[in-house]
Amino acid sequence: METADSLDAPRLLPLGDAAWTVEFGARIDPALHGRVLGLLAAAERLREEDTFAGIVDLVPTFRSLTVCYDPRRCDGERLGEALLSLARTAGAVRRDGRRWRLPVCFDDEFAPDLEDLAQTKGLTREAVIERLLATRFRVYMIGFMPGFPYMGGLPEALEMPRLKSPRKSVPARSLAVAGAMCAVYPWESPGGWRLLGRTPVPLFSARDEAAPSLLSSGDQVNWRAVGRDEFTQLEAAAQSGRLARGSLLAEGEPS
Amino acid sequence: MNGLVEVSDPGLGNSIQDLGRIGYRHMGIAVSGCLDPLLARCANALVGNPAGCACIEVRAAGPALTVRQGRVRAALAGNLSATLARHGGGEEEDVPPWQSVSLDPGDELRVGFAAGGTAYVAIAGGFATPLQLGSRSTYRRAEIGDPIAFGMRIPCAALAHGGKHEYSADPWRHDEGPVRVMLGPQDDHFTPQAVAGLLDGDYTVTAQSDRMGMRLEGPALAHRTPALADIVSDGTTLGAIQVPGNGQPIILLADCQTAGGYPKIATVISADLPRLAQMRPGQAIRFQAVDARQARQALQALETRWNWWAYGIVHGLPGAEVNKDWRAGWPLYQDGWCQDE
Repeated sequence: METADSLDAPRLLPLGDAAWTVEFGARIDPALHGRVLGLLAAAERLREEDTFAGIVDLVPTFRSLTVCYDPRRCDGERLGEALLSLARTAGAVRRDGRRWRLPVCFDDEFAPDLEDLAQTKGLTREAVIERLLATRFRVYMIGFMPGFPYMGGLPEALEMPRLKSPRKSVPARSLAVAGAMCAVYPWESPGGWRLLGRTPVPLFSARDEAAPSLLSSGDQVNWRAVGRDEFTQLEAAAQSGRLARGSLLAEGEPS
Repeated sequence: MNGLVEVSDPGLGNSIQDLGRIGYRHMGIAVSGCLDPLLARCANALVGNPAGCACIEVRAAGPALTVRQGRVRAALAGNLSATLARHGGGEEEDVPPWQSVSLDPGDELRVGFAAGGTAYVAIAGGFATPLQLGSRSTYRRAEIGDPIAFGMRIPCAALAHGGKHEYSADPWRHDEGPVRVMLGPQDDHFTPQAVAGLLDGDYTVTAQSDRMGMRLEGPALAHRTPALADIVSDGTTLGAIQVPGNGQPIILLADCQTAGGYPKIATVISADLPRLAQMRPGQAIRFQAVDARQARQALQALETRWNWWAYGIVHGLPGAEVNKDWRAGWPLYQDGWCQDE
């Protein structure tokens, strides 16, 4: 009964007087995320109404949608009621988004935690890489820092908790895993995820006004292993603006 | 003709900020913007700007600005003063806050140290650096916005006539008393004693505070179970008070991450967010819980009080046209950015 409730009854939680969080559950689960995306689509239509023009941001996460509003331009209570009613009726949406095939290099220098993860899991290094490459990851949300994709789908055989003591500095574009999640750090930053490789592709570009973040919620990502030479070439191409994002889409590649 | 100022000393801890970058949080991009939008609005009003114009936010040693072109009007708001070195030489003039000053080409405004938490330098027309994703706010974590650097030239407005009619006003005073919060979104992750503890306890602002967040120190707030100290990441916002496993609260500020994995026991209401910008390490902070209606009333009361403050701005030119823009209410978020010339 409780399970059914937590699956079916969305909760409206106040995040101060300028945001609501509508929560569908507490888990990482494609079904929950489908409902988040369903409410997102409904909320996008809602903000076109004059009454709710004060909505300023819609932030989907694994399991909830946060709706930020300007309290001077939008009646928070009415907005909350409208969101809860939409959350009950909107249903799930499967947003398959774009399919990416992104290069990753597994050189030792880029993958300080690969050996340790392999040993802990009783796998060879090659077997870990093979499983990563065989997985289609799903982007649940972008958050933590600009362009940082939280991707689900990591095989259970590769699941490990975060490092007990986070690194002070994780190099930019590191491919990292934690729990059942996979991500890429778009920027150099502190971080506790385990580093298994590096991509030459920038995950974020403020100059791209229309879509500064490469990935968005609902996108799918397959990794493609590249050697150090190709990594360096792609990195140079990206830095000089010659790497077209379209070339990274799976559709753009011969199968 | 436009005005032009050059950064002759970048100072320390300064950044260009406006009312923030709205509508990009789903891409992980922080809102940024002035930590104290109310004080920035005061500075803007003192040079006749609407609230959306970009200011220089001063958190430590202020910058020095030299006018290169046009007659330029500037003003300071907050616990901050400056000196003015005129082009022709002579003694430096003191420039106190809460009044505008007009500068000619060659004049240098040397902004001092921000003695309070956060202060602002405004300039007529705003610091018109390039817009990035709809805002001029600096967000260093994502290399968005130009850092203030030696020799940087920033366009602004030039005054149409050379009269020395300055604006002045009484200092703005923030509300006092406990910082008001609304409980949630994850107050149910905490013991009842922890919720009571947040509202009864004395917390101290620590030195581990920046534009992303402010760490507090005080009675530890216990989660109902250790497992409830972590959540599957959900949305955050400025003012949210997150509590990691050690029980010490962190208040998220303008540059905060857009999602996070710590439960949030409560969220500071909009009306009290600007006050957080003025808190310094070592200062005591207390909280009080309010409901949505009280939060709305507090925001309305604050806007009314700000409008009264703005009506008190004295202009040296009798019968001068009143700039209506900045009397239209306090836009935390506003669509009308300072227009590009």
